[in-house]
Amino acid sequence: MTQEQANTELKLAKPALGTVSGAGIEIPTEVDDSALRPDHIGKPGEFPFTRGIFPDGYQGRLWTIRQYSGFGTAEESNERYKFLLAHGQTGLSVALDLPTQCGYDPIDPMARPEIGKVGVSLSNLSEAEILFQDIDLARISTSFTINGTAAIIYAMYLAVADKQGVPREKLTGTIQNDILKEYVARGTWIFPVRPSMRLIADSILYSNDVSPRFNAISIAGAHVRDAGATAVEEMAYTLANGLAYVDELKRRGGDVEKFAKRLSFFFYVHMDFFDEVAKFRAGRRLWAKLMKERYGAQDPKAQMFRFGVVCGGSSLVAPQPYNNIVRVAVETMAAVMGGAQSIFTCAFDEAFQIPTEFSAEIALRTQQIIAYESGIGRSVDPLGGSYFVEQHTDRMEEAISAVMDEIDAYGGVIPAIEEGWIQMRLAQRGLERKQRIDSGETVIVGQNHFRHEGEQAGVDEIFRLDPSVANRALEKYQKVLDTRSQPAVQAALHKLARAAADDKENLMPYLVDCCHAYATVGEMVSTLKAQWGEFQEPVNL
Amino acid sequence: MNTVDMKHALAGQRILVGKPGLDGHDIGAKIIALAMRDAGAEVIYTGLRRSPEKIAQVAVDEGVNAVGLSILSGSHKELVQDVMSALARLDARDIKVFVGGTIPAEDHGALTAMGVVGIFTSDMPLEATIASLARALT
Repeated sequence: MTQEQANTELKLAKPALGTVSGAGIEIPTEVDDSALRPDHIGKPGEFPFTRGIFPDGYQGRLWTIRQYSGFGTAEESNERYKFLLAHGQTGLSVALDLPTQCGYDPIDPMARPEIGKVGVSLSNLSEAEILFQDIDLARISTSFTINGTAAIIYAMYLAVADKQGVPREKLTGTIQNDILKEYVARGTWIFPVRPSMRLIADSILYSNDVSPRFNAISIAGAHVRDAGATAVEEMAYTLANGLAYVDELKRRGGDVEKFAKRLSFFFYVHMDFFDEVAKFRAGRRLWAKLMKERYGAQDPKAQMFRFGVVCGGSSLVAPQPYNNIVRVAVETMAAVMGGAQSIFTCAFDEAFQIPTEFSAEIALRTQQIIAYESGIGRSVDPLGGSYFVEQHTDRMEEAISAVMDEIDAYGGVIPAIEEGWIQMRLAQRGLERKQRIDSGETVIVGQNHFRHEGEQAGVDEIFRLDPSVANRALEKYQKVLDTRSQPAVQAALHKLARAAADDKENLMPYLVDCCHAYATVGEMVSTLKAQWGEFQEPVNL
Repeated sequence: MNTVDMKHALAGQRILVGKPGLDGHDIGAKIIALAMRDAGAEVIYTGLRRSPEKIAQVAVDEGVNAVGLSILSGSHKELVQDVMSALARLDARDIKVFVGGTIPAEDHGALTAMGVVGIFTSDMPLEATIASLARALT
């Protein structure tokens, strides 16, 4: 059977040179000088930062190559980290298991099937001490993908540093700490929206003072994009969430000139090359204008939009998996052309299994080839001044602003999330994307079009965890409960409860004290739940 | 199957979509819920992090004739068995159960043996999923 016959049988649309992002923006064809005005675009490293936040692009500093790892027990992850550091990696990225992310101790019935599964189990300070044993926290940066319990994990990191004798001001790293997108797409929320916003503001303000080189938030669009949002919506929701955090930080007495310097962002890069480049350039310009014009930030560093990306995600497919290497390379190029500060490249087999060492190495090499062989890092925003890219950037910026205006018209992101409006829109987008793939309108080479005859698509393998991981985590957890001072734990939790009831208190010092007393993540979360309740998820469709 | 059929393929069905476990990736559950509603079914969604007992209880209280479970964490065998047992305890074995998510082919037999009437993965076209579901639920 020819491909054409196969497609007829599947009732597929003719392959179009379409846009995967569904941006729906008219593609520029004519040179329009007004989009090319130097005062409109600006210079690299200058307001409004269309052309990047550094005057010398990547010449002064290459983007950070940051791969994600962490699994099983703290001991196994510690061994892995020491291996990676010995082989030249300078930053760690810690994946945490779902019980830690959702605030359940290993003993909880909800936790048991998930212990150590998608990351390491970190139920109390003793586990963090094992995780970072013989790793000098003053010299490496650590990134935690953590949201619902981010303030607690950050407190634990400070407590480990205290134990190691590392001054807190030397700590570098990032916690994701972006709860708003959890309500919309990723699902590890715990508390209602408003107390969650307070917890985030507390952690950022505290971090600005005690660990000023640490990024206490990474505002993420990646997950809404992966769930089906367009490139425009991904940027619009993320900027709107960013503004909600800025408002909360100001409400809690923060100084925009100070805290805005440490806000950072995180996105997915998908396959539509110029949509991605324009998305980043437009987002960077829009954020700078908002910070300057709406919030009066004068220091250029407080206007700068710094972001990391993931290349891969839902753009990777199981059929003909080696094609994914090409996809990741194209996406990495888009991220570099868009001016990303850090890049994580997915392994080609990530669509259907936990990556092997072989596939993980190719992902890393992809970045190194682009950085060191292609030479594009020697230029500074080489697409700047292109009639196409500048007009597309302008149109993306307009479209992003329009979605942000819609959110404003609804009353802001917080009510829009509390009432499930954004969630509903996102589900609709997910359905539309699926329908476009089913119909063949969106081309996925090897999956809907240009298939390899006879190949079976599907899940070949899933990660099956060694059941002893859960038992070991439970044993260690029990040992901590048996050996710690119960009165010290109760006293620390009691103070935490009192502070949670008083909106004027910053909760971070209380959480650090709880960690030092070996209170567990589950105990701290339960204490806060008793004060604040839990998020009531809107389930309207 | 033509478009007219698709609009009524699940007419008269009352279906609960459940998300057991801690996994928060619910877009697949929501997409299938919307597609079933477009095919004429009445659809109720539980929301995230529901225990198997809770899902079974809601299914009985809402008088649904089928429950769809969305599971991407790899714990499908345990969670499906737990929901089946909870339905049996509530004397509701007549409620049909189907599963979607990350389900490797080698586990299909075990799930079918538990009594699951359909297994769907994200790479299946929606029309095929709905048509297959319509056959399984009648």
